[in-house]
Amino acid sequence: MEELKKELKEKIIEALNLEDMSIEDINDTDMLFEEGLGLDSIDALELIIILDKDYGIKLTDSKEGKKIFQSIETMAQYISENRTK
Amino acid sequence: MKNNIVKYCNIKNNEVFLDGKSIFHDEEKLDFNEFIKKVYKNFEMEYPKFYKMDPLCKLAVAGSSILLDQFEEVDSEMAVILSNKSSCIDIDIVHQASISEGNEGYASPANFVYTLPNIALGEISIKYKLRSENSFFIFEDFNPDFLIDYTTSLIGLKKTNQVMCGWVEIFKNEYNAFLFIVKAEKGITFNKENLLKLI
Amino acid sequence: MKTNSKLSVYVHQRDCITPLGFGIEKNIEKIEQGISAIHLHESKQLSPTPFYGAMINPSVLSYRFSETKIEGTFSRLEQMMLLSAKSIKKDFGKFFNKRCGLIISSTKGNIDALEKGDISTYYLHQLAQKVGRELGIENEPIVLSNACVSGLMAISVAKRMIHAGKYDHVLLIAGDIFSKFVFSGFQSFQAVANEPCRPYDENRAGITLGEAAASMFVSKDKNVFKDVNCFEVLGEGSINDANHISGPSRTGEGLYRSVLSALKEAGMEATEIDSISAHGTATNYNDEMEAQAFNRLKLDKVPLYSLKGYFGHTLGAAGLLETVIALEFASRNSVPQSIGYEKHGVTLPLNVTKNVLQQEVNVILKTASGFGGSNTAVIFKKCVNHEE
Repeated sequence: MEELKKELKEKIIEALNLEDMSIEDINDTDMLFEEGLGLDSIDALELIIILDKDYGIKLTDSKEGKKIFQSIETMAQYISENRTK
Repeated sequence: MKNNIVKYCNIKNNEVFLDGKSIFHDEEKLDFNEFIKKVYKNFEMEYPKFYKMDPLCKLAVAGSSILLDQFEEVDSEMAVILSNKSSCIDIDIVHQASISEGNEGYASPANFVYTLPNIALGEISIKYKLRSENSFFIFEDFNPDFLIDYTTSLIGLKKTNQVMCGWVEIFKNEYNAFLFIVKAEKGITFNKENLLKLI
Repeated sequence: MKTNSKLSVYVHQRDCITPLGFGIEKNIEKIEQGISAIHLHESKQLSPTPFYGAMINPSVLSYRFSETKIEGTFSRLEQMMLLSAKSIKKDFGKFFNKRCGLIISSTKGNIDALEKGDISTYYLHQLAQKVGRELGIENEPIVLSNACVSGLMAISVAKRMIHAGKYDHVLLIAGDIFSKFVFSGFQSFQAVANEPCRPYDENRAGITLGEAAASMFVSKDKNVFKDVNCFEVLGEGSINDANHISGPSRTGEGLYRSVLSALKEAGMEATEIDSISAHGTATNYNDEMEAQAFNRLKLDKVPLYSLKGYFGHTLGAAGLLETVIALEFASRNSVPQSIGYEKHGVTLPLNVTKNVLQQEVNVILKTASGFGGSNTAVIFKKCVNHEE
């Protein structure tokens, strides 16, 4: 799980162009949207792509997405339970 | 009073000019992305969204910031008229590559959203809260005649009383940004001859 | 050079090429019958799974283009644009002189060339110059690439250039093709419906992509031309939302201000508008935003429709194509049905047409919105007592 969380942080920094940020700057329970990292709707769509491309999880319900993408912790939890890759 | 060019900015050849004076020069022959990041940091733009932008938006926003940060207040009705030759070709090529065969074909929303040249207008409008007339035009070369006619008409029809116009062209590491503000104040005469000298 | 704001601008001949038909008559006929151009397609070149879209039959396009006997190689989009301008060239070609401008509207132009790794035909100015040369217009074309408002904003640009004294007439051509480039992008946005799009409907689930080309001849002269169908451009405005680059303002701020700007210029009240040809892409956000803006303007009772249920979203062509259709219906004192709409699905009231309406239509409002926070509104009025 720790490995997955680290991997997620790296992917997010790269895919979302979070320049000047390193994995140490992101805490597992930091809010990703609104406060915390302040990601927006396009970033949410990018996260959905990452879920599909890298972990084989297809997400089409945006409401479900909101819960899953709350933090690195919730993302890692969901991925480890549902990944097909 | 006639409309004049009250302020202008150029970004080209790894250098930034304001009203004709060099205000930043990077000696290293950096590629555009490295250079524009240096410009961003040098002028303390403090706008994290900058890093998500495609090359065209980075160039347009950097140029606009250098120009508009000179003013205490920016009129929210200031029109923005931009133009170039290559549209947003760099990000178009990136998006095309991501969907072509042999690549698992995952389009990136963060890339696709930038595959329209007028997004640069959107980014500028958001940053400076401009609820104004704006349009993006494509020409083979910088077209001063058109910008003069169109800007004069916009002001004459009372759609706005000032316009930020420009040529923001970029393809890979060849770039040239020339942005200027036109309004009825003292400044350089707003004519073709002068525009061709200043670009 | 002074701008003469008392100068009026008139819309004369108009035409279009769409999957519903080549020529305006064919299109009106089909729309009156409630026939949509949207079908289920299977094309691995465009998408891995079957999809709904509105596309022009390539064999029909080839055949119709070959009939013109135009020599030379033209891309798909160039063929569409030239065909859409054919009738205007025939009837108004003698005005294609130094005083005639050319405005080409397109979001992505020959984007299919990129797939083949061909950068040389990517450039929009080249496409415009090629089309202009073939039509015999000597002035350097103006290319407007401003997302989905491009086709409509072109009318504003034409009017402004006529006011500036630069031109007496302007030929407008707008077009975009259905491409994997664009379709894949909208798919990544999860914005594509898996059924024909349903503007303003409770069950709307996103856009249907389409392709088309449309043309229009505008002039400062009303009476030089013996057409009976002219409309005056009374006012227009294009105000940015300044909210988000791909999501519209929740309060419809930019659209609201664009319509206000058009009304102010026209010197009229919102109550004088007879029908609204709106944008209606059938995304959750767009349609809701329009409902907000139109209610703020007190336009909630005016018959309103989206044509995207017939043509899909034709991107850069949309604003001009939909204006062409809107004006044609208006000239027949009719308002088309907004197909795809069954149950009201936006939070505020709108008078979305469930059938073709027969009523006097003199003043038409056309609106469009697009990525980058763009919005455009144009008000047209039927010309009265056209003198022979």
